[in-house]
Amino acid sequence: MAQSAELLSLSPPGWGGNLLRGLSHSLQIAFGAYALGLVIGLFGAYGKLYGGKVTRDLLAIYTTVIRAVPELVLILILYYVGSDIINKISAAMGGGRVEVSGVGAGIWVLGIVQGAYATEVLRGAIQAVPPGQIEAAKSFGMPAFMTMRRVTIPAMMSFAVPGLANLWLIATKDTALLAVVGFNELTLETRQAASSTRAYFTFFLAAGFLYLMVTLFSGGIFARIEKWARRGQPSLKGGSR
Amino acid sequence: MIDFKSLMQPHRIVMMLIFTGIVIWCAVSLQWDWIPKYGPLALQGIWTTIWLLVVTVVLGFLLAVPLGLAQAVGPWYLAAPAKAFCTIIRGTPLLLQLWLLYYGLGSLFPQFPWIRSSELWPYLRQAWPYAVLALTLSYAGYEGEVMRGAFKGVAKGQLEAAKSFGMPRLTMFRRIWLPQAIRNVLPTLGGETILQLKATPLVATITVVDIYAVSSRVRSDTFIIYEPLLLLAVFYILVAGVIALGFHWLEVKVLGTGRRNGSFG
Repeated sequence: MAQSAELLSLSPPGWGGNLLRGLSHSLQIAFGAYALGLVIGLFGAYGKLYGGKVTRDLLAIYTTVIRAVPELVLILILYYVGSDIINKISAAMGGGRVEVSGVGAGIWVLGIVQGAYATEVLRGAIQAVPPGQIEAAKSFGMPAFMTMRRVTIPAMMSFAVPGLANLWLIATKDTALLAVVGFNELTLETRQAASSTRAYFTFFLAAGFLYLMVTLFSGGIFARIEKWARRGQPSLKGGSR
Repeated sequence: MIDFKSLMQPHRIVMMLIFTGIVIWCAVSLQWDWIPKYGPLALQGIWTTIWLLVVTVVLGFLLAVPLGLAQAVGPWYLAAPAKAFCTIIRGTPLLLQLWLLYYGLGSLFPQFPWIRSSELWPYLRQAWPYAVLALTLSYAGYEGEVMRGAFKGVAKGQLEAAKSFGMPRLTMFRRIWLPQAIRNVLPTLGGETILQLKATPLVATITVVDIYAVSSRVRSDTFIIYEPLLLLAVFYILVAGVIALGFHWLEVKVLGTGRRNGSFG
């Protein structure tokens, strides 16, 4: 036990600092990817609901393909495509090879994956808003963007929050997959610490504890957000939750 | 499922033509000469992936039933551990669980002489038992939560009716409770099985040679990046499609109607 504490201590003989640095990278990527995913998801949901035929079909292909292919495969494909595109652009502008930063690449890759799931969540939520509310806004001559900001988004929040909470948990856990392509996030830092000290159980359990804390903490936050989004609405099941 | 008429709209025909064009372009201008060399290995990889998927889904589901039952109606000393198990599995990445089992147990076992001399040792030295264990526990964790809701969702009157006929508890469970619970969650199970399919490539990180590992080997041997990855993506899409169709068929058969509320993926 004392040995484990020593291994996990924050100052250099221990590896605790490395784990925390990995955690902060993981969280940065998760935040960025989640934000990017929400933006893609909002556009995607609007495109699926109100877009033209071609837009709708293209979005259907996007969401179906992304949700049918393993994240690990998508990460590799998007990673290579992304760094190829950046290098082509850089070569066209007369620059040399560009090293893609781990955090940036992780955000780009996971953001596109998250976008597909967010599209479906938000589409369902927008559909659940009573159409009369949006029609009323239209009939008052509210511009489309203002309708979205003032009517649709606030009204759909309560339907979207449970799905979005799930997506956030998926985002935090999917950052672990970036270990496979060599980003120094929590899981890879843990494996490096574990294999150089041979204390596998100590480090993997510690990392598991960190992930679990993130999950439980976010669960609490999202419960509050949901309560806030539901304010003023009658409770659904007689307060059984 | 897919209506032929709905495909025959002008914009869809154009899109299909463009898609066919892309496929032909891929077939002609990309490099495919590595396929004959890696074909047999790829078939083995596909077999490993499918085998892992089927075994872990079946075992995981068998484990999920008691987990769900314990959480739904069990006494607190069964419900609390079951809930803790599901929370931990769902709250940590599968990759971490896999590495914990493989590297952790893998470094722990050799320290015990009686394990080394046991009959199981030749298996414990390989990677696949850890892959099966990790994927099974993961599926059980997610499905345990699903089954909890399913068991709770069965109408009370049904169980009371069974009880009032003097049906033994086990028979009641086997004939009424379990079938109805499974019936209710069939669409969810389809989606979860596709999620499990998407989790299988992680086993490549502990040296199990599944189809994902084969494509990685092609990439590192020949430096061809996109072709194996594209084929890999197509493979997973096809298998996911087969799973979705299979569960749809099952739903039609079990429920009598094709309820289309199963989420894809």
